[in-house]
Amino acid sequence: MSAHETVPYTPVFVGKRKLDLDAILLRYPTKQAALLPALWIVQEARGWVSEAGVTEVAAALELSAAYVKGVLTFYTMYHQHPVGKYFIQVCTTSPCLCAGADKVAEAFLRHTGCNELGVTSPDGKYTVIEVECLGACGFATPVQINADTVENVTADTVPQILAGLK
Amino acid sequence: MGYPHKTHPRETAILSKHFGDSEARSLDGWKQRGGYRALEQALSTPPAEIVDAVKASGLRGRGGAGFPTGMKWSFMKPGDGKPHYLCCNADESEPGTFKDREIMRWTPHALVEGCAIGAHAIGAETAYVYIRGEFQEPIDQMESAVSEAYAAGILGANAMGSGKRVDVHVHKGAGAYICGEETALMESLEGKRGNPRIKPPFPAVSGLFAKPTTINNVETLVAVPHILTNGAEWYKAMSLSNPKSTGTKLFSVCGNVSRPGTYEVVLGFPFKDFLYDLCGGPQAGRKFKAVIPGGASVPIQTMEEAEATLMDYEGFVAQGTMLGSGGIIVFDDHQSMPRMIARLARFFAHESCGQCTQCREGTAWTTKILERIVAGQGTFEDLDTLLEIADNMTGKTICVLSDSCAVPVVSGLQKFRHEFEALITGRRSSTVAMGGKPSAGGSALTTGAGV
Ligand SMILES: Cc1cc2nc3c(=O)[nH]c(=O)nc-3n(C[C@H](O)[C@H](O)[C@H](O)COP(=O)(O)O)c2cc1C
Ligand code: SF4
Ligand code: FES
Repeated sequence: MSAHETVPYTPVFVGKRKLDLDAILLRYPTKQAALLPALWIVQEARGWVSEAGVTEVAAALELSAAYVKGVLTFYTMYHQHPVGKYFIQVCTTSPCLCAGADKVAEAFLRHTGCNELGVTSPDGKYTVIEVECLGACGFATPVQINADTVENVTADTVPQILAGLK
Repeated sequence: MGYPHKTHPRETAILSKHFGDSEARSLDGWKQRGGYRALEQALSTPPAEIVDAVKASGLRGRGGAGFPTGMKWSFMKPGDGKPHYLCCNADESEPGTFKDREIMRWTPHALVEGCAIGAHAIGAETAYVYIRGEFQEPIDQMESAVSEAYAAGILGANAMGSGKRVDVHVHKGAGAYICGEETALMESLEGKRGNPRIKPPFPAVSGLFAKPTTINNVETLVAVPHILTNGAEWYKAMSLSNPKSTGTKLFSVCGNVSRPGTYEVVLGFPFKDFLYDLCGGPQAGRKFKAVIPGGASVPIQTMEEAEATLMDYEGFVAQGTMLGSGGIIVFDDHQSMPRMIARLARFFAHESCGQCTQCREGTAWTTKILERIVAGQGTFEDLDTLLEIADNMTGKTICVLSDSCAVPVVSGLQKFRHEFEALITGRRSSTVAMGGKPSAGGSALTTGAGV
């Protein structure tokens, strides 16, 4: 078991998820091409991708675990350790920054009790990070909370948004 | 339409006509609005004729480089016995750009149709739509459109009863701006790290899975059904200043404007009218200061340059910049340009894939020096160093991300040098430049933290 793992790993690709992976494999001429989708399935099931998850994906796609890890670490959206129940990403790239994104990020840090970017709140509920352009710059400030994008967030609306998550 | 605002009378809403209309999202709704007639027509037309029509229309790629689409398609040789692939670039990560997101979330079937026509035209049976992982809503819309299209026999082994196979698959990215670069996108689709490839070979010779491949932007592909339905001449006639720039273009506008949104105008539209009439000008009590008109990778314009610009490929070049992706970022007089440029540099440093030394080191040092200047710790030598690094980063790497990082630095120093100098001589205190007092947690920009 790796450092972050607190419960024994049970395989992800069983039952429906195995069928999902099989259906995805049909879309590509190589098994390797299903790597990003397979990692997504693991992350959706477990919240992050552990060493054991890497090993399972590698076996399913006939790749080495080292190779899978090399790919996994390239992409910022895969979590390599557990994160808060609500993973909050505030866009602070210039088009949002000029519209006040830094204040939104600060408000999230304050109201979640995280206080620091990338550090999960003591209750395990929130992790706040800044993210590069979310492709929603006209709705400044966009904030990604787990899979959802919340538009037009201001420092003032942060408490209300957090309340809506509970 | 100027989503989320109503269509402005001076817009020409063709691609954006149904933005905000949730009924257009379903297959039935889309068919009621004329959808899939162009595909039906295309599937019974020889590929070469479609390519010729697209060539004649003058359509140019909407992903950034403006390469003529018909010419790109003509590099593919249907019937050469090899599998061909179409990649649709829906990675949309260029700061300031959010038009493809609206296309996919409001008119997903338009993109399915565009992909299917494109695939047929280049002799491909399979199209992959590579969508950035953060776009969950567009991904959901696209996936449901694709499955509706399969269920209705529009896609699959016998697309619309034509006897031809057309498959469209949605592929979700996982957070990497560089995967918008065409060869990085192909690497990523193949299940690899998103490292751009050295060219040649070009994708038309050896692209996805080492097979002949064409890659097109979302907006490029959704324009094609309209060209087939209304004719190349109709499309070509939409041009306000230069015959090499035809059709309508979606411009997404953000930053310090009254009405940010996605607007559609005929190429050649006066930028001044666009900024003041369509986008409502600056916010109350403010004045525009600078514009980056084509996503973060193109040179910054002063307002004099911007107001003299005609919005087409040549018009932006004539005023010292480029049309790029059509992502317009507007800064007003309350913004510190060094601060905005420093944050852009950090974007590029974060997104560099790290293969090339000039880019990996250059983006990191550029960011470090700029952040030092913004914090009030800069020196005049720093300005020379920045330009030297920028020179080293330009034209020397596998892809142009490196060049892109140098662009706002060089143009910023050219046009707003006084702001950098003021920070160095301390005439503006660093707290003002940072846009307020630094907070306890540290603003995102001051800490430079992340995970
Ligand atoms: C670093 C980098 C990022 C890019 N990002 C995108 C993108 O997100 N979307 C896009 O369509 N094109 C992007 N491009 C341009 C593509 O490489 C390619 O030119 C384009 O997808 C071709 O389609 P088009 O001919 O229809 O414009 C990017 C290029 C570079 C160098
Ligand atoms: S220029 Fe930068 S992003 Fe492009 S290949 Fe080189 S290191 Fe990677
Ligand atoms: S810069 Fe914030 S979403 Fe694009």
